[in-house]
Amino acid sequence: MKKTGAEILWECVVREGVEVVFGYPGGANMPIYDAMLSYPIHHVLVRHEQGGAHMADGYARASGKVGMAMGTSGPGATNLVTGIATAMMDSVPVVFVTGQVAAHLIGGDAFQEVDVTGITLPITKHNYLVTRADELAEVVREAFYIARSGRPGPVLIDICKNAQVEQVEFVYPEEVKLPGYQPVAHAPKDSLELAVKLIEKAQRPIILCGHGVLMSGAEEVLMNFAVKTQTPVAETLLGLGAFPASHALSLGMMGMHGEVHTNMAIQNSDLILAFGMRFDDRVTGTLKTYAPHAKKIHIEIDPSEVHKNVAVDVPLVGDLKTVLTDLVPLVDEYDHDLWLKEISGWKSEANARSIMNWPDDGKLHVPHLIADIWKATGGDAIMATDVGQHQMWTAQYYQLEKPNRWLTSGGAGTMGFGLPAAIGAWFADKDQEVWAVAGDGGFQMTAAELTTAVQEGANVKVAIMNNSFLGMVRQWQEFFFEKRYSAVNMLSPDFVKLAEAHGVPARRVTKREEVDEAIKWARNIKGPTVIEFRVEQEEAVYPMVPAGAALDQMLQRPAKA
Amino acid sequence: MNYTFIALVENKPGVLNRVASLFRRRNFNIESLAVGRTENPEVSRMTVVVGCPNGDYDAHKIEANLYKLVNVIDVQDVTRQPSVTRDLALIKVKVGPEKRAEVNGLAEIFRAHIVDVAVDSVIVEITGTEDKIEGMIKLLRPLGIVEMVRTGQVAMTRGVNDGVRRVQGVPGNRYDDEYELAVMVP
Repeated sequence: MKKTGAEILWECVVREGVEVVFGYPGGANMPIYDAMLSYPIHHVLVRHEQGGAHMADGYARASGKVGMAMGTSGPGATNLVTGIATAMMDSVPVVFVTGQVAAHLIGGDAFQEVDVTGITLPITKHNYLVTRADELAEVVREAFYIARSGRPGPVLIDICKNAQVEQVEFVYPEEVKLPGYQPVAHAPKDSLELAVKLIEKAQRPIILCGHGVLMSGAEEVLMNFAVKTQTPVAETLLGLGAFPASHALSLGMMGMHGEVHTNMAIQNSDLILAFGMRFDDRVTGTLKTYAPHAKKIHIEIDPSEVHKNVAVDVPLVGDLKTVLTDLVPLVDEYDHDLWLKEISGWKSEANARSIMNWPDDGKLHVPHLIADIWKATGGDAIMATDVGQHQMWTAQYYQLEKPNRWLTSGGAGTMGFGLPAAIGAWFADKDQEVWAVAGDGGFQMTAAELTTAVQEGANVKVAIMNNSFLGMVRQWQEFFFEKRYSAVNMLSPDFVKLAEAHGVPARRVTKREEVDEAIKWARNIKGPTVIEFRVEQEEAVYPMVPAGAALDQMLQRPAKA
Repeated sequence: MNYTFIALVENKPGVLNRVASLFRRRNFNIESLAVGRTENPEVSRMTVVVGCPNGDYDAHKIEANLYKLVNVIDVQDVTRQPSVTRDLALIKVKVGPEKRAEVNGLAEIFRAHIVDVAVDSVIVEITGTEDKIEGMIKLLRPLGIVEMVRTGQVAMTRGVNDGVRRVQGVPGNRYDDEYELAVMVP
């Protein structure tokens, strides 16, 4: 049957299981928007394309499905760019569809023409420029397949306006033909045997669990492996939630703002089992002194991550869940009691310094607030964050027991991510409690999406940690620039009035005793709410590994006088 | 040190840009790049000569990143394999009738050809390895090179020899532990 390109797009998109699309219409994608009306798609009109990109990203992270966002040509597409880069750095499967000027106008600097495939080439897993309607079916099919398979990532389809309106015969391609793209599942057998030998010999092993565990759905088999071999599990920022925080083998977060005992354990280990993580500079500290005594086994789907930052002894390239499932029956049961005892020794030392163990001084400290939200929500809410101090505190103190509840921009570190990601996540499961934690700086970057939340009735609880500073930059200036504060004092609007102007119920909390009541108030309202917490202004995130320092050279919270 | 890679890619618009952009993005310097069709009209073949200051570590990184491009089908490193490598140069030399014989003589020694003769210049076409072409250029320079163009190197392994494929996790790769484990991060 003959269909227009725009109809073919939706025919294919619906077959991929897409139900919700975040987007913004404009001149170059109007035929797509017109055709959309005939398909079972819920469209969320965002206030800025960046918000749409983050919503699709948050939706994908929370649901495990491919997210979808749209924009028109030119500025519509360039506004998506930050969101695309964010998804790329964190390997999130999102398909972006942008309108483009008609094929015969390309290269002529037509109105709202921008070389979108050129701009997004380095920040997409793959991208397409579609100039004819008969290319569309195959392209859309490939785009979703590429986005979700292998190491997931964003794929962009730039569709010329003529291709949207042309009528061609529609045949749904049953198969994807990509000779150069065939992700493998299993690792070579001889490599597995080498890995088993290293595991046998290890006395002080540690698992480094990354985002790959969640992307591949390997939480259960990770648990089997960890328990069988009695290996403690440390998590990267993006790996949080892959292993229950309350488990005896859980060490929590590693790296720059990771737990002291976790970083000590890594530095003193004799075997690192890196599962779906990429030895980012934020988790290794300086590479010269990184885990000097450890042999390294790296299970990773992307061969280009192997040996990239850290040379490993046994790379196992494949799908993490598959490779671990192959590995578990090959390893014996072990106990590492001495090693675990040594780690808990470091833990109790560090606990004495933790702000959580200090007597309540009546002031608003973000760690306490996060712990309060954690208690109130039973640790089961989806937590979306922005980037900065509040992000690290949420990572440290919102102890996750279950996967896919932690939405944060790790690799790109994109401010303004929290609110739109939370809105997107709400669409993934409307009965699930969703919180967005943001700083006063990041919140203002995408605050306009509050109206989107109202229009959609998105039940999203926003907590703004307002310290009137760009807190993380301020902290660095305090530590590393002799407290010469440069461009970090932030004047904010009255957040309560701002929220109310958007039609969002809002409260301001300035005292410790108001906290529980405010959280309860927000949770009892169906629909978006905002709580502004006026928190301590010059609080710092501890522990901290300064950039370029060794992982065990952490700055710890000064002991209380 | 320069490494030579052969990459088979899908013959589609924009693939050359993807490959070139990758080298820029990952901070590698392309010495030469030659692209053309193969016996299969759907496949193009690239010969890429790249500076690899960190030796095999860089080579692994290049191979692995090339595979990340959806349109790249196969990558091999032929740097240390027995192979035929060729470059073609057209060199316009400023010579009048009195010195044409000298150029002709040089061309004969290098098995090069004079492909154009004008009143006060000739064009020499030479095919061969980098070294051979560099040798010819050195001798022609004193006569006055007006213009020169080179195709960049193309390479093909001899007989049944194959290049090195370091990357694990690519279907059909006869992946070799020896290479994988030898890779060292600087």
